[in-house]
Amino acid sequence: MLDAIFGRLTWDSIILVQAVEQPNINTFITAGAAAMMPVGGVMIVALLTWMKWWKPLFEWLTSVDHKKIGTMYIIFAVIMLFRGVVEGMLMRANQAVGLNGGFLSSDHFNQLFTTHGTNMIFFVAMPFLFGLINIIVPLQIGARDVAFPRLNQISLGLTAAGGFLFMISLMIGEFSTGGWTGYPSFTGRLVNPGVGPDYYILAIAISGIGSTLTGVNFSVTIYKLRTAGMSFMRMPLFTWTALCTSILLIFAMPPLTACCAMLGLDRFLGFHFFTNDMGGNLMNFINLFWMFGHPEVYILILPAFGVMSEISSTFSGKRLYGYTSIVAATMCIAVLSFTVWLHHFFTMGQSATVNAAFGVATMLIAIPTGVKIYDWLATLWGGRIRFTAPMIYLCGFFVLFTIGGLSGVVLASPTLDYQLHNSQFLVAHFHNVIIPGVLFGILAGIHIWFPKIYGFRLMEGLSRITAFLWAIGFILAFMPLYQTGLMGMTRRTVAYEDPALVPWMIVSGIGALILGCAFLSILLTIFVSVLNRKKLMVPIGDPWDGRSLEWATPAPTPEWNFAVLPKVDCRDAFTDAKAKGTAYQPIEKYEDIEMPANTYYGFIIMIMASGLGFGLVWHMWWLAIASLLGAIATAITYAFLPQKQYIIPAAEVREIDEAWRRSAREGRGITRDDEGNEANQGLARPDNITNP
Amino acid sequence: MIDPSTHLAIAESFLQPMGPVAADQLRHLIIVTLLTLIAVVPVMVSMPWILWRYRRSKPKGEYRPSWESNSFLEWLMWGVPIVVVALIGVNLTIMTFRLDPYKELGKDPLQVQVIGLDWKWIFIYPDEGVALVDELVVPEGRAVELTLTTDTVMQSLQISAIVGQIYAMPAMTTKLNFRAVKQGVAEGMNSQFTGNGFWKQKFQVYSVSKEDYAARMKKAQSSDLSLTDDTYAILAMQGTSEEAKKPLAIENRKGPIEMVLGDPKIFQRVLARYMVEDMTPESQPGSPSYDPKKSPLPPASDKPMMGMEM
Amino acid sequence: MSFSIRKSLHPGLNLGEDHGDDRLEAETSVFGFWVFMMSDLVTFGMFFAVFATTMPLACCPGPKELFDLGSVAWQTAFLLASSLTSGMAILTLKQEHASRSASTKKLVFWLLVTVLLGCGFLYREISDFIAMAAAGGPPTRSGYLSALWSLVGLHGLHVTGGLIWCLVIVAGIVVRGVDHRWKLTLLRWAVFWHFLDVVWIAIFSFVFLGGLL
Repeated sequence: MLDAIFGRLTWDSIILVQAVEQPNINTFITAGAAAMMPVGGVMIVALLTWMKWWKPLFEWLTSVDHKKIGTMYIIFAVIMLFRGVVEGMLMRANQAVGLNGGFLSSDHFNQLFTTHGTNMIFFVAMPFLFGLINIIVPLQIGARDVAFPRLNQISLGLTAAGGFLFMISLMIGEFSTGGWTGYPSFTGRLVNPGVGPDYYILAIAISGIGSTLTGVNFSVTIYKLRTAGMSFMRMPLFTWTALCTSILLIFAMPPLTACCAMLGLDRFLGFHFFTNDMGGNLMNFINLFWMFGHPEVYILILPAFGVMSEISSTFSGKRLYGYTSIVAATMCIAVLSFTVWLHHFFTMGQSATVNAAFGVATMLIAIPTGVKIYDWLATLWGGRIRFTAPMIYLCGFFVLFTIGGLSGVVLASPTLDYQLHNSQFLVAHFHNVIIPGVLFGILAGIHIWFPKIYGFRLMEGLSRITAFLWAIGFILAFMPLYQTGLMGMTRRTVAYEDPALVPWMIVSGIGALILGCAFLSILLTIFVSVLNRKKLMVPIGDPWDGRSLEWATPAPTPEWNFAVLPKVDCRDAFTDAKAKGTAYQPIEKYEDIEMPANTYYGFIIMIMASGLGFGLVWHMWWLAIASLLGAIATAITYAFLPQKQYIIPAAEVREIDEAWRRSAREGRGITRDDEGNEANQGLARPDNITNP
Repeated sequence: MIDPSTHLAIAESFLQPMGPVAADQLRHLIIVTLLTLIAVVPVMVSMPWILWRYRRSKPKGEYRPSWESNSFLEWLMWGVPIVVVALIGVNLTIMTFRLDPYKELGKDPLQVQVIGLDWKWIFIYPDEGVALVDELVVPEGRAVELTLTTDTVMQSLQISAIVGQIYAMPAMTTKLNFRAVKQGVAEGMNSQFTGNGFWKQKFQVYSVSKEDYAARMKKAQSSDLSLTDDTYAILAMQGTSEEAKKPLAIENRKGPIEMVLGDPKIFQRVLARYMVEDMTPESQPGSPSYDPKKSPLPPASDKPMMGMEM
Repeated sequence: MSFSIRKSLHPGLNLGEDHGDDRLEAETSVFGFWVFMMSDLVTFGMFFAVFATTMPLACCPGPKELFDLGSVAWQTAFLLASSLTSGMAILTLKQEHASRSASTKKLVFWLLVTVLLGCGFLYREISDFIAMAAAGGPPTRSGYLSALWSLVGLHGLHVTGGLIWCLVIVAGIVVRGVDHRWKLTLLRWAVFWHFLDVVWIAIFSFVFLGGLL
């Protein structure tokens, strides 16, 4: 009877019990980390109760507003980033003392590199980007919300459910040890029958479905909800990259869902998709996984490229150079990203013809990427460059990401890949393009758009320090790995035997420490900024003399985004309006605004998906079936419930909007000299330009 | 790193190539890097210059807020990467064909069959009738062709100083051709993660004179240990080759395990086992419940293998 | 933005101008569903690709032992006919339900016929699966069989989902009438149902006929 209820879950599955039964450094570290969850949970409940924040919390959890959903994505990503940075630091610390064996057991280390990769890709980078796109794209295209607000909430719920499974594996059971790529037959039923690979499959498949739906949502939003006059070639670059990212999501996530489903069928029902025997072919998993995996990395980098476009024009006070080229390059990258997946397994034994073809295809992607970097540099030419935190991120990107691109070209050659595949050189390469590329883009994007959502800027000084810490930490932690890779050190190795590697590993460990400080610096920056928010307020909403429509709203942006949907007739529409003097002019006619009401739909789906995943992992079939039926019942019920809207009366909209426009027209505004100080109320005056 | 058994420095990377393939790879690395630098150096050089020239506090250049396009620059920006990529692409294609691991590097290469296990490699010399564990001995200058498979999960045999790597997979074979032109010791390893003992799955490659090679083979042929179904099943237990010595009752013997090739068809039988019937947790090497007594290999057959050859 | 009567807001059959706001809202809703179907097509494509790389093993039952072409022909007939009747339902929707007051009898009739035909398809398909398993061809027997069962089974799961969805729609129409939401849902459902038909044509050509030739 107990077996039927609890499946294969026993007391020993809980890490806190394991730490008592087998006390050693590995169980202590894991138990400590796992204990943070209930302790943190209790603290949060206490805080919510003391501050009486329960009602606002449920306001947020049931909201379908893209700005709130985007914020929740970002908060989720920050929490997961904390775990990811700790995992990275543990690994690098172990490697620093890893000659002939570090302080971590092999099993612990193996789970660490698996969780680190899985976490960072699926639960940090993607949620960060979905959050930014969610918040900003509807504003940039002059829309009230995304095309499918309820679906947006469901996507968030599915991502959170994947994250739940990922986090609960720390406390109950264990995670996979097969790397974030999870190749069978190592992750097959015979070699790894435990719960680890099941957690892995379900966490990424469930959140993967959420991501597919997000791709549908964003692409339809950009395709159909652009405001009057905004043709495709008048969209801001961040929106362009969001569009290409969405298209990639739509086509690249299904292969992941498919290969996870197949591996699941192998593990749960004994199918022979990827088994060694009876006609199974593990190469199929690898092909499917990388058909997802390669476009995935472009899903990560394209929005960051979009942010770089925004930074290079806004913070040099100039139009973006080569708009058409950059758009063309972005679309080329999106298309080509589907033609190169084999370069992740050049060494799998296929013919030289196949390898050469994919090698050349991979080289082709370097062309549009290079063009974009040149275009951003050219954007700075003829400008007036301000060294704000985003500009520091852009400069760091120029120098460091380019090195990552160089190492990518090296790896693109099958000849060299036969040496460097699965070595530390590879690890250095992908961190080199992800940290100065994706992460810098995300952090810069947060710095730029934070004031839009919360109404106050982040402290400039602390933000700059954060940027430098990330850059220096990255350089120390990952540049040595290029060398160790060339020296022959492989990846995913808990220890090594060559003493010559030790100095490089120590430098790398120091770098990891600095990266830990960089993460704390983010938290400190936000915390201190919140404390000082009164001095940092920018209520009129345009702190950076922005160029696109999102800056033509108050800060924080009201629920409806735009009181009246704007009309545009050129690129950089807001800059154009400011120059012509048509910005902030009074509006004659206000109308009632209909907004979709809050709903529990996404929240319930999150609970059902979590239950389904947990039930499947632990073979608690009753839980899995009940959750699945519950999800279906929820969908059917919501199909019958009337879809509520609520109306914001025109009078209320008029009052808030008119007050904002009036304060903008009557305010003095600032030149960029005062951008970083208290005088910046979010109103821009034409800048004080000196010419030599 | 020094190999205590021979006091030779172990070559661990292709930065010190021991064979023509690794030497070509190193040269190719330098060419690719230099060509790519053509596209990269302008960024590194122009960035500090642009920042200095156009910084807002003390600009040296004119403010041109609407400047957004220039034909010459467009040609340059698209053209230079295209040319660089074309050059590297051509070079890459030539090298990919020239250094194809399936291409034999000389007439009549030495044939060695390789079975990857957790966490050791068995090197079978069918022509010599010998099997060595975690030791690959080759005559200097002679072309060698490895035919690889594994009996657990996907692995990747890598000899950085000589040739690089190739994946090895169960129920399939892959090939790796190389030649060592210097005498010496190279490090070999598995570079595809396979579990807790992965980091210890290393072996040595000895490139020796013809006479030393013959002597080594002769010594192995007189070994009292034979690679039979039983010893193979024991070797297939999880552990390094050192850890395998105890169940083989040769605990105190020093040096790599050397065996007479008791069954010349054992490689084919390991391949064929995956086509005959379902593997179980007891019969699958690498599984936590693997039992050497419950993991029979199928009998040798004259029919061609149904496995996949790459 | 001017509207021409012929302007198509989304692929497939568009509601006419007499449907007023429903027509405009269908633009985002139905277009979005087409986009989602593209992702579903890719999922099926991946199962097809894996199927294409498998070969029946000598030791185990293959197409000749397992496939019943007669049954497949019946399944094809059922599914294609159900696609036709679903088209009739949507035509009824477009022609008769611009106003809320029209009788739902004809619409519900065509939908229920579609469900019936779909059930016929499923009945034959499940019988075939049971027969295959009894003949020694369960999905756990070989890679080819795993790929076969999962590809055909994935399609069957979709059909099942589509039938449940159709019944929910019928219930909704009976309870609430053909209001705005049920109209848009019907349009999306129809896209789904025709999509399944297209996938089936690929399955019976590539899997069943292809396996026997």
